Amino acid sequence: MNAATTATNTVTSGRALAGQAPGLLHEDAGEGRGQGIALIALAAALVAAPFLVYPVFVMKLLCFALFACAFNLLLGFGGLLSIGHALFFGFASYTSAHASKAWGLTPELSIAAGTLVAAALGLLVGSLAIRRQGIYLAMITLALAQMGYFVALQAPFTGGEDGIQGVPRGALLGVLDVSSDFSLYWLVAGLFMAGILCMRRIVHSPFGQVLKAIRDNEPRMVSLGYKVDRYKLLVFVLSAALSGLAGAMKALVFQFASLVDVYWTMSGEVILMTLIGGVGTILGPIVGAAVIVSAQSYLSSLGAWVVVAQGAIFVACVVLFRKGIVGTLADRLGRPL
Amino acid sequence: MATVFGIPLAVLFGQVLIGLINGAFYAILSLGLAVIFGLLNIINFAHGALYMAGAFTAWILLNHAGIGFWGALVLAPLIVGLAGVVIERLLLSRIYRLDHLYGLLLTFGLALMITGLFRVGFGSSGLPYPAPAELSGGTNLGFMFLPNYRGFVVAASILVCLGTWFVIERTRIGAYLRAATEDPDLVQTFGINVPLLITLTYAAGVALAAFAGVLAAPIYSVNPGMGQDLIIVVFAVVVIGSMGSIAGAVVTGFALGVVEGLAKVAWPEASSTVIFVIMAVVLLLKPQGLFGKVS
Repeated sequence: MNAATTATNTVTSGRALAGQAPGLLHEDAGEGRGQGIALIALAAALVAAPFLVYPVFVMKLLCFALFACAFNLLLGFGGLLSIGHALFFGFASYTSAHASKAWGLTPELSIAAGTLVAAALGLLVGSLAIRRQGIYLAMITLALAQMGYFVALQAPFTGGEDGIQGVPRGALLGVLDVSSDFSLYWLVAGLFMAGILCMRRIVHSPFGQVLKAIRDNEPRMVSLGYKVDRYKLLVFVLSAALSGLAGAMKALVFQFASLVDVYWTMSGEVILMTLIGGVGTILGPIVGAAVIVSAQSYLSSLGAWVVVAQGAIFVACVVLFRKGIVGTLADRLGRPL
Repeated sequence: MATVFGIPLAVLFGQVLIGLINGAFYAILSLGLAVIFGLLNIINFAHGALYMAGAFTAWILLNHAGIGFWGALVLAPLIVGLAGVVIERLLLSRIYRLDHLYGLLLTFGLALMITGLFRVGFGSSGLPYPAPAELSGGTNLGFMFLPNYRGFVVAASILVCLGTWFVIERTRIGAYLRAATEDPDLVQTFGINVPLLITLTYAAGVALAAFAGVLAAPIYSVNPGMGQDLIIVVFAVVVIGSMGSIAGAVVTGFALGVVEGLAKVAWPEASSTVIFVIMAVVLLLKPQGLFGKVS
């Protein structure tokens, strides 16, 4: 029986991961109390974190968590799988690093520049990718991102194999010095929280409702007169821009931008974070990013085995644990998270 | 010496040959992807990793069992095909009812695992693999010098593609395969073992990838990363040609290899991106792909 059921379906991109299995959607019950409580807890944890944990580690985690949430906006709510999100993350990282170092821009301006570049790339890649659906869309995003990787490898301003090193953090608005880890932390944490709340707003807005409807049944939304391509493109751009915000912040945190951030393995990592935390949940990608970033730093001594472990977790998530950590938890609690 | 646009003809033909060889690998890999996708509805991201596994199997056979190129050309596809059977039965068969994207994610994880394992075992640097002695040296064709092994690779690839086409279009098992691609339920009711057919199709698809890997071993150094960058280009090839037809996949593969080779002469910096640019242009002009049908 196995292949029989899927083979006859003409699957459109609308019926993507989150929409497929019943019970996987948690956000549809409205802005649940569980989610609100969890967000307040998150904000409290953000305030306490730099006093308890090494701030650079927390900032790294926040950058990846925001990146994963941005990716999840596209996959979990738009039903579009991109395997090219490293392009937006990496080029935003290059842009903010270059803007800070070569142009001497203040941190808020260089982060804005990175975010804008990512949004522009999102518009470019998105308008090409949404011309096809489902797995083709995924392959197109991967191919275009790989093209971006080759451009980054050869373009003069990225520094090629060396990357951009020694990026100054500067002073916020030209007055507030953020060169210390502790002071930069508050900027990163503030932008992270703003990004999360922005995504929550998008998901629960009328736009978000239409988006989820397109994900679940695209032909129906077409017949109802919605211009589905516009919605897909807009969510693509939003997701790219927020990924860019994460990448731009990462460049300032590590004072470094490199090819690692534009390579396809980075696109894979963000998918893994989202998958392990829970596709289509607001908080899942944050948990997933925490798991993966922590695992990477604790297991870094294992060297090449880390990639093997990542692959194994990937496979295990798809075969056995498709709802992810937060998705499973939300099911137990019976409310959206 | 004769020149075209200021480029010596010998250089031009040399690049066309390199292009044909790359195109041969694009063609064999996209052919395997298309056959697997037709029946399983899974885009096999692990295809590049299994191509790499084929090359490594040849290397291991040579260095640990003393089996040379010709033996490896038969054995490596069989061994990797067997691994394909295990992958399909153990993992892929569990997710056919789910959205196609899960198949992509699962095989993505598999690709990471396989690549990582070879990296653990053999390191990241390349290992040399000698071309078979029978095919050493080259032939002077008058207008260019053709290394014998490279000529063999192009010929063998074309033969394999033709063979695959013949099996699918002209034999009974191929007819079953095409029927099951159209409507697996109906084919099953006729008493044909569709799950077995699916397993064999996956195994055959990855065996093709391993065959390409063995062919590639003497040309490129055998290293764990050799498959991953290649498979991304093959994805672009598949988007350009669409996976609807076998002939389409093969023709697109060879053609794009040659275009890439020529780009290397005309504008070397762009040679790594030219296929992606072509993909973007095709998406703008004919979104369903050159050989795709409008759905």
